[in-house]
Amino acid sequence: MTNDRNDAHAAMTTSTTSVAMTDTATGGADTAGADRAAAAIAAAATRVESGERGARTAAPGTPAPPRRLAVTDLSLVVLVGATGSGKSTFARRHFKPTEVLSSDFCRGLVADDENDQGASGDAFDVLNYIAGKRLAAGRRTVVDATSVQSDSRKQLIELARRHDVLPVAIVLDVPEEVCAERNAARPDRAGLPRRVIQRHQRELRRSLKHLEREGFRKVHVLRGVAEIDRAEIVTERRHNDLRHLTGPFDIVGDIHGCASELETLLGKLGYVDGAHPEGRTAVFVGDLVDRGPDSPGVLRRVMSMVANGTALCVPGNHENKLGRYLKGRGVQPTHGLAETIAQLEAEDARDPDFRTRVREFVDGLVSHYVLDGGRLVVCHAGLPEKYHGRTSGRVRSHALYGDTTGETDEFGLPVRYPWAEDYRGKAAVVYGHTPVPAATWLNNTICLDTGAVFGGRLTALRWPERELVDVPAERVWYEPVKPLRSDAPGGHDGRPLDLGDVHGRRVVETRHAGRVTVREENAAAALEVMSRFAADPRLVPYLPPTMAPTATSRREGYLEHPEEAFAQYRADGVERVVCEEKHMGSRAVVLVCKDADAARTRFGVDGPTGALCTRTGRPFLDDAALTDEVLARVRAAVDAAGLWAELGTDWLLLDAELMPWSLKAKGLLRTQYAAVGAAARTVFPGALAALEAAAARGVDVQDLLDKQRERAADASAFTDAYRRYCWPTDGLDGVHLAPFQILAAQGRSLAALPHDEQLALIDRMVEHDGSGLLRTTRRLYVDTGDEESVRAGVDWWLEMTGRGGEGMVVKPVGALVRDGKGRLVQPGIKCRGREYLRIIYGPEYTRPENLEKLRGRSLGHKRSLAVREYALGLEALDRLADGEPLWRVHEAVFAVLALESEPVDPRL
Amino acid sequence: MFLTLTTTGSPEHPATDLGFLLHKHPGKAQAFSTSYGQAHVFYPEATEERCTAALLLEVDPVALVRQGKGGGGKGRGGAPDAALAQYVNDRPYAASSLLAVALGAVFSSALRDLCKALPERAGQPLPLRVEVPVLPARGGPDLVRALFEPLGWTVAADPVPLDKRFPDWGDSRYVRLVLEVPDGVLTLGAALRHLYVLLPVLDDAKHYWVSADEVDKLLRAGAGWLAGHPEQRLITSRYLARRWSLTRTAMERLELVRLADADDTDVDEIDNAVTDDDAAIMDDATDAAVAESVTTDAAPEAEPSVPLAVRRREAILAVLGASGATRVLDLGCGQGQLVQALLKDTRYTRVVGVDVSVRALTDAARRLKLERMGERQAERVALFQGSLAYTDKRLKGYDAAVLSEVVEHVDPDRLSALEHAVFGSARPRTVLVTTPNAEYNVRWESLPAGHVRHSDHRFEWTREEFRAWADGVARGHAYTVEFTPVGPDDPEVGPPTQMAVFTRTDSGMSDGTGNGTGNSTGNGKEVRAA
Repeated sequence: MTNDRNDAHAAMTTSTTSVAMTDTATGGADTAGADRAAAAIAAAATRVESGERGARTAAPGTPAPPRRLAVTDLSLVVLVGATGSGKSTFARRHFKPTEVLSSDFCRGLVADDENDQGASGDAFDVLNYIAGKRLAAGRRTVVDATSVQSDSRKQLIELARRHDVLPVAIVLDVPEEVCAERNAARPDRAGLPRRVIQRHQRELRRSLKHLEREGFRKVHVLRGVAEIDRAEIVTERRHNDLRHLTGPFDIVGDIHGCASELETLLGKLGYVDGAHPEGRTAVFVGDLVDRGPDSPGVLRRVMSMVANGTALCVPGNHENKLGRYLKGRGVQPTHGLAETIAQLEAEDARDPDFRTRVREFVDGLVSHYVLDGGRLVVCHAGLPEKYHGRTSGRVRSHALYGDTTGETDEFGLPVRYPWAEDYRGKAAVVYGHTPVPAATWLNNTICLDTGAVFGGRLTALRWPERELVDVPAERVWYEPVKPLRSDAPGGHDGRPLDLGDVHGRRVVETRHAGRVTVREENAAAALEVMSRFAADPRLVPYLPPTMAPTATSRREGYLEHPEEAFAQYRADGVERVVCEEKHMGSRAVVLVCKDADAARTRFGVDGPTGALCTRTGRPFLDDAALTDEVLARVRAAVDAAGLWAELGTDWLLLDAELMPWSLKAKGLLRTQYAAVGAAARTVFPGALAALEAAAARGVDVQDLLDKQRERAADASAFTDAYRRYCWPTDGLDGVHLAPFQILAAQGRSLAALPHDEQLALIDRMVEHDGSGLLRTTRRLYVDTGDEESVRAGVDWWLEMTGRGGEGMVVKPVGALVRDGKGRLVQPGIKCRGREYLRIIYGPEYTRPENLEKLRGRSLGHKRSLAVREYALGLEALDRLADGEPLWRVHEAVFAVLALESEPVDPRL
Repeated sequence: MFLTLTTTGSPEHPATDLGFLLHKHPGKAQAFSTSYGQAHVFYPEATEERCTAALLLEVDPVALVRQGKGGGGKGRGGAPDAALAQYVNDRPYAASSLLAVALGAVFSSALRDLCKALPERAGQPLPLRVEVPVLPARGGPDLVRALFEPLGWTVAADPVPLDKRFPDWGDSRYVRLVLEVPDGVLTLGAALRHLYVLLPVLDDAKHYWVSADEVDKLLRAGAGWLAGHPEQRLITSRYLARRWSLTRTAMERLELVRLADADDTDVDEIDNAVTDDDAAIMDDATDAAVAESVTTDAAPEAEPSVPLAVRRREAILAVLGASGATRVLDLGCGQGQLVQALLKDTRYTRVVGVDVSVRALTDAARRLKLERMGERQAERVALFQGSLAYTDKRLKGYDAAVLSEVVEHVDPDRLSALEHAVFGSARPRTVLVTTPNAEYNVRWESLPAGHVRHSDHRFEWTREEFRAWADGVARGHAYTVEFTPVGPDDPEVGPPTQMAVFTRTDSGMSDGTGNGTGNSTGNGKEVRAA
């Protein structure tokens, strides 16, 4: 690479006053050709030619025209000039105050004195640090320091390289007298020895010749005060920045001389003679040439489309090598280059100029493009996010060759680093380079090289539609060195997520409730549970949110009562609600695939046909065979109800309750609930007998005795309460599943489907369940504005809980409802039965003095948590529906789990 | 909660003297306030021949929770959490540390054998019968007998069934306790002191902070009987372990408690990365006392003279030493025993302990005295939370990684994630994996057939299964693998622990290919080379 750079420098014309240089380090590309391409595509590009020539040719006597200095929009601008040369003033005039980092200011920061030269080391550390942060964030940065010594500039050039931005130098060359005068006028600099200025001047002169060689990619030298005053900064867009182009695009994978297949594919995409009637733009990911039968034919087509503005093209490593060959460099004619050379030679007779045009075309290719508002990045070999829109040798190198591990495989080919596995960027990266059997999305990246030249297919991606269009190869044009790998890079072979996706404090962007913060300690707890106990994250695309209870009731003997729930929704502007029976089991999320193939295709797992998980993502049943049986029964019911076809899916995600509670909570029952019952049952007979004996002796214990009798009765009611949740099961005998919402199907979230429609679909599943596993959810619709309807709702609840029912959940029928202020309303409010609450608040909670204390409960945090978790759950479903990468879905799911560990009164 | 004390008497020594000895009049019912609710003392019978005093403590569960939150000025003391378990609580019914506190408060003079009215009577033994209808007894009736019988009591301890409706649930942790002692053996004060110490020891609940001077209290109440008690160690360690586990772990596990709650799960099923017996090692005060309980975690391991954990560590150190590694990862470091051993050897310039359990890491940091470590030492060591279910850039660039007794804690269908995280992503030159040899389990007499050694073991492999797995991993990730036995290599069933040593076969250029945010030298080079 170093050699290449030197070549590039050698080839450059150096003007006397300033040099506008290219913005890549290798091969001298990304220059004129890129300009042509960009100009052809969009006249809208706001690039302004730099105006040095104009300045030089201005006629004397007339007011001098402005001296225009081209500065790339993302660059590190280094002002070079002696003390007193006016750098700070210049910076103030031309750049935003926040763009400018002054060494004097940094000296002040670390030493309380802007002129303390002893603090320079620390001051530059601070300056470098801030500049680094700015550049990493993609912000242009101007360094205001003398920078007259090559050592100090070297550090800045390294900084620019480290962040893959262009270093730009602006030299202020001002006579010594002027500098001295200015310094004298400043009280803090008045004592500055003249020799310092003289030294700066000497160093500056020495530097001028070397600035380009040092690595500055644009050098502007302003001589004298007048020229400095006339200067104007013109911001240039980077060549790779085509964000203003929105397509639509058809991105075409590696062609390798398969001209006939290319024509077929273009035809299939709707292009007529290189142009699309709807104005679509083709984008070629490179490797047009080598190996195949007609590289000149491919070049001719692509070059004419680029010239006509109907296509963009990025270079592949094969173009790069061809370019070097055409420039007369010594290259090995391997990997199919020999075929291209022969074909070009055959072309020479017919079109002697062709070779030159190819050389210029290849020379002008820009290594990658950022398109469509930054949503799309196209390059040959893929590009990590931190390189998007950046300009440096290593960016170009990655774009052309990808990242290699330095190893070679058993075929002698370099082992490619699976950069896409680490990719977490927002922009979709579309690339080629590595032949794969089929193009598949991985972490928002897709490789379109489907090995056309090796007898595979030629593939294109329609953007923004994300549709794949391909044509088969007409034959095997070239025998591959090694077989196409059966898995795409980072394909579905159980490679895990990265800790960086979930660890520490995080903010998750949700489309329904904005940013949701996960605190570090909660993420830590979730990490522990997710890692040690949860099922395969690919099969846990959702976790259910917590649910707030109804506002506390003042009604005698009650802590919760449905009146408040209805009133709350009425206040939220929700007219129609559904009351759903609360099942007496444990929450279960059921992912059921039509078959193992569907599970493999959609979720990338080999073997399982779904999952049955608890609300923290753990496998619900220890016994995998039993889980399979549950899934099989659900599958049969979905089958029989015809829901696969009706919902256009081969999998469903269901929110459900699995009964009995004792099935899952047996441990808790034994250590907690039954234990308390047993202790109470055993202690009271003796205590009551002792009190009765004391009373018989005439001791005044009547009050105490009465109270203990009441407590004994409460304890007995408590035992009755938990016993309703327990019944014996054997295999699946006695086990019931009550689905109450279909969360998602292939390609869509169903979370917004109104609950009446949801329940109707589920009813059909239950009706078609021949196994007796599925249970329906009883329901009642209530009009919150209609007193009679509300009363019916209350009566329904009283009747149900009176018979020992757990209670009900009240939900807006419409699902996903917002209130008058546009905020999400609670997705559901639970109203728990009076007896059930003994299990929650303790056997004696109904005693008036206890109820009074308990009424002081505060619901605010629980409600907020319920809405945040709800939004995260919806987000997970939306991301799943959009086919986003696993880590994106998992991020939201993980956040739900983390939030579940927030400190909220657990009885709510 | 409820308890009765009965004595019998004669005209010379009427049983009703009990009223004088307890300072509570047999003709009255008296109520006393304690911090957890009202204590009542009354006499169901009071005749010359027979007198029974009853202590009834009405525990207010709401107050219990409130006290916990308030923390009694200790900040982290009190009931540890807002777990649902708090509200559905056996404390109002079962005899626990709270009853012991009430005993001490209500009968404080009697506890010290003081009696103003009958001073000479207070020091005399008397026949006694104590009934505790519901006593939580971790260790069951056998332990109850082992604790009380050496003190002269005749013990009847009948288990209480959990719920007769569901006989398959079995017995609860409670026993109905009746203690009897004939005349001439124990004073009333001695009997009360036994109860004062042993009720909480049997309860062994972790949930209630008692007070800071518990050691002094134990010494006072145990005067004259604890020193010679055959179960002295157990009594001491349980009594004091209760103290620190309250003060220390309470806050650390709150998030996990909530997650367990959300999932209708006992928190012990989730927060079990560190067992309390392991954790007890950490307490200086109980160090001696628990030397024995160390082996309860590894009950089967008590048989070889050198504990297996020590042998394992020695074997790991030997292999690491031979590998030439200087930068070592301990993946699943637990409480940091191996990290500690590695730091003692200066050839290891960087030792990193990683665990998914925050609690384990906290214990490890305490073990290593990380906060008090000198700068130079501290630079050699780091502990952080990580998970092998995820790839982790921080784990790249090390010479060796140790996974000691880790893989068996991972569900088999999630092992592929671990394999990729360690062998595919972190890719240290050497990887050591130890895991139990399931074949050897038949040699542990105390381990029932077909059982695994630890409740969290998701599987235990035979030698053949382990080899098959290790060979597959090595093949798939360009490593070679060799196997070494740890512990006595039984000719028939092999060693108790098996170890695989993986060595990477490629040149190792894959280090530092991360995205350049780290400060490892690998990344630095990459930047400069660009």
